[in-house]
Amino acid sequence: MSFDVLIIGGGPAGLSAAVNVRARGKTVLVVSNPLEENPLWKAKKVDNYLGLPDISGPELLKTFQTHAEASGASFLTGRVLNTAMAGERWYVSVGSDVQEAGALILAAGVVRSRKFSGEEAFLGRGVSYCATCDGMLYRGRRVAVLGWSDTARREAEFLTEIGCQVTYFHNPRSCEITGGSAVEQVNCDGTALAVDGVFILRPVMAPTDLFPGLAAENGFVTVDRQMATNLPGVFAAGDCTGGPLQVSKAAGEGLIAGQSAAKWVDSHRK
Amino acid sequence: MAVQHFKTSGFDAAVEAAPLVMIDFWADWCGPCRMLGPTIESLAAQYEGKAVIGKINVDEEPDLARRFGVMSIPTVVFLKNGLEFDRKVGVMPAGAYTQVLDENL
Repeated sequence: MSFDVLIIGGGPAGLSAAVNVRARGKTVLVVSNPLEENPLWKAKKVDNYLGLPDISGPELLKTFQTHAEASGASFLTGRVLNTAMAGERWYVSVGSDVQEAGALILAAGVVRSRKFSGEEAFLGRGVSYCATCDGMLYRGRRVAVLGWSDTARREAEFLTEIGCQVTYFHNPRSCEITGGSAVEQVNCDGTALAVDGVFILRPVMAPTDLFPGLAAENGFVTVDRQMATNLPGVFAAGDCTGGPLQVSKAAGEGLIAGQSAAKWVDSHRK
Repeated sequence: MAVQHFKTSGFDAAVEAAPLVMIDFWADWCGPCRMLGPTIESLAAQYEGKAVIGKINVDEEPDLARRFGVMSIPTVVFLKNGLEFDRKVGVMPAGAYTQVLDENL
């Protein structure tokens, strides 16, 4: 499907951006994990969001989501794996689907775990980030799935269904991937396992992995006052741009990013 | 020249005779692969007469995927007279592929 603006992330920044893109009369798709997997969902009490004191994280998220839905935004549950620009349009892969948009807003929050030892070295030689893409290449073989969410658990079930021998690691903290020309072993928090593949299914891809060439500092995306990144038609908002990691700041940046993206689409319409 | 769709039969003869070949390993079920498709098509047109640009569907040609040790798609492999000298895993901007091609023309 083709949209004016595609937003990666359905937290406060992404949903605020969606409402403001719709307010400018543009079509918008929000791609995100299920609402219950948003880190804010775990907050028992948020006490510094103006006008809504003493509200819980889930209540706040549901209020935001309802507002964005009422504004006419479209939603897709899934994890964005890659982005690419071709002919002034952005293409975004979500699982086995490809979506298209004129502008993108990155509002995917912060990556909470660093890369594991061996992860980068064995990428494409046993390490994979996409169960739907690469699962078939591991039929009948032993794989480890490192997951941090129910979504990851379901992807592990998918791998079992297509015939992989799956061992699921829930919330692994420290892992080491070793091998020769390809992955041979994974060791997570003291449990070592001989495997042919390791699927690392983090809730959020690092911004610089999603967008080759994206300017970032200390893991946070570099933006200007318009929330524009160094890439054409790509804006960022919320925790991924840096602290304070607070809802008001995210919603405010989402507003600016939404308006900037809408403006970008207007000035680049053919 | 359009993108060549390599099959197991005739593969060796096709690549050994060519000084420079780029092969995209892909499958239908892979979103990132479909996203890379248009880039591969345009490179085939751009390098017509200079390099052979081809694709291998790992679903239909599992033997070739295994032979090249493809464990993640998309993977793009570069060959000189049938011998691999470079590969790129995952979706990259077109410039990442043209750089390797240009340096080896």
